[in-house]
Amino acid sequence: MSVIKKPSVAVYKFSSCDGCQLAILNLEDELLDLAGAVDIAYFLEATRAVKPGPYDIGIVEGSVTTPHEIKRINDVRNDCGILIALGTCATAGGIQSLRNFTNAEEYARNVYAHPEYLDYLNTSSPISEYVQVDLEIWGCPVNKYMVVEAVVALLQQRKPYFPQYSVCMECKRNGTVCVLIAHGSPCLGPIVQAGCGAICPANGRGCYGCFGPISYANTGSLVPKLVELERFPQETALLLRNFSGYAPAFNKAAEMALDLAARKEAK
Amino acid sequence: MNNIEVPALARVEGEGGLYIGIKNGKITEVRLDIYEPPRFFEGFLRDRYFQEVPDITARICGICPVAYQMSSAYALESALNVTVSPPVRALRRLMYCAEYIESHALHIYLLQAPDLLGKESALELAAIAPDVVKDALRMKKIGNEVLKAIGGRSVHPVNVCVGGFYRWPDVTPLKELLPELEWGLEAARETVRWSKTLPYPDLEVDYEFVALHHADEYGVIEGEVLSSNGRKTPISEFEKSYIEDHIRHSNALHSHTVDGNPYLVGPISRLNLNHEQLLPVAREALIESGLVLPLRNPYKSLIARAVEMVHFYAEAIQLIQAYQPEGPAHAEITIQAGEGWGATEAPRGLLYHRYVVDNAGRIRQARIVPPTAQNLPRIEADLVKLAPKILSMEHAAATLTAEHLVRSYDPCISCATHFLKLKVEEVK
Repeated sequence: MSVIKKPSVAVYKFSSCDGCQLAILNLEDELLDLAGAVDIAYFLEATRAVKPGPYDIGIVEGSVTTPHEIKRINDVRNDCGILIALGTCATAGGIQSLRNFTNAEEYARNVYAHPEYLDYLNTSSPISEYVQVDLEIWGCPVNKYMVVEAVVALLQQRKPYFPQYSVCMECKRNGTVCVLIAHGSPCLGPIVQAGCGAICPANGRGCYGCFGPISYANTGSLVPKLVELERFPQETALLLRNFSGYAPAFNKAAEMALDLAARKEAK
Repeated sequence: MNNIEVPALARVEGEGGLYIGIKNGKITEVRLDIYEPPRFFEGFLRDRYFQEVPDITARICGICPVAYQMSSAYALESALNVTVSPPVRALRRLMYCAEYIESHALHIYLLQAPDLLGKESALELAAIAPDVVKDALRMKKIGNEVLKAIGGRSVHPVNVCVGGFYRWPDVTPLKELLPELEWGLEAARETVRWSKTLPYPDLEVDYEFVALHHADEYGVIEGEVLSSNGRKTPISEFEKSYIEDHIRHSNALHSHTVDGNPYLVGPISRLNLNHEQLLPVAREALIESGLVLPLRNPYKSLIARAVEMVHFYAEAIQLIQAYQPEGPAHAEITIQAGEGWGATEAPRGLLYHRYVVDNAGRIRQARIVPPTAQNLPRIEADLVKLAPKILSMEHAAATLTAEHLVRSYDPCISCATHFLKLKVEEVK
């Protein structure tokens, strides 16, 4: 990939809560410099001014949940040189991908008086399920400094430096006592990508996996331990089927947890 | 004049469009189109364990996650018969102060002010008034820093649970923020002075104001739902007094009172109904703002937000000065079946939650009424009232004035959509 000196950037919203775009606006100390280093050509959350594409960099928040969004993501892909998926909705389908494990129609009937008016897909999917994604930034929400790192790396024409280790490493570095070992609190830390700063264990609770699975996740070792510690039925499966629940490693681990829990129950 | 069409509104949370049909100089149709996709929160909350709910509902809105955490915590505590301790309650108020600070600073300076200053964005504003924007970002940052000190991060903080907090935040990082908060309080007072000088469009609307009211404090958590027509509703009776209907011609669900009126929630309603509970420094700021209450101009909600920002900076300072962890950070919870209600004031208005929990602690039913869902019919009614006034304007100016009206509500379309029984429709 190569980038021109002052690249044009477009920021798009798909199905999401806006929190990752807000993380960009929360770069209070860096925002004006960042806006000076790039040409913000399309960013509706921040500005009414819209410049026509194509754009050098496209940043997409949110997942694909409607037929229209399928069309739109293809247009976005065509319009953008480099495409970045921003946040766990864009990289794994987000919390709304819980519909993928059940019947979305039933959800619609539960929530809406006239589900026939709705135009939705039965699944909430990551951007990469529909188009090629050049860079993924995980997190629910993303760590805003990872966004800065991504943009700076593109400007310097290098690979961004993102942590390639698990949340456990961040706990060790912070001096946080392991909540899993010391308190038996269910924690996904060992199988989750670092980046958040291990804030859940720092607050006395286990990691709930919002930064998604680490590439070498040893779920086969962690999941049985978590099932053993369950404080209520299916706790482990619920913990995995969460913000990153549709990520393949977590989806498979949740199935394992359900299976183990059923066997434990049968005993 | 041609039809006014804004296919994608800028500087609002979420995705919405605006349409005003004009034929032979007459308004034929006014529509706020919501094409934010539904995410079915109330659907997938079913069967989740009660303690997961505050983390999940936070994801409804990245701008006001604390509001969702708070309303769901109070509703579930009511279902499970749990009362939180006074120090927990105080820390919850502090967290809410911080959310108000970041959300109001964002809305005042980054979302609404560009309309009043003839700019497309705060970034464009920064080119001519860098100090204004830098101060605005600093004000916003202080709110985010307090949230981070309490909950680990400002968007979707991780420390809130049903019953209180997972752990008491450390004292030092909070106290260290006091000098910045003192600066912020002065900056907020300056914001009030500045806000009164801005050129607001004229529009006076005869609203029914609705807000949470608490006799001893500026209503944010707990209290009763008060209406300007005198109706007082306990939170548990909310759904009896405030009704949502599906109106066939509209793609949005319309909230109205039991008497059939659309009503207004948000900063204007809070200020009109609760100004007597403002802290003295905010009451002074209100006098200095020159506002005559009741405020009826939706564009001037910016001034109401500025006055509130003074209050929440001052309250945050008081709460941090008094902060001393005491007793357990969260209440013991005995799981039991039940139904519970919770309402708190999100920065953009009243947010109501109701849950039914079974005897295993699982959610059987969830119902959430977000502020923007309540305000949508009000926004449409305001646009109808505004339309004749903008007919004589240049098309671009008319469009901007209509857009500005929608933005002045600080709508949170992501929030509203997941609960609206609406037709999702793309604006062509």
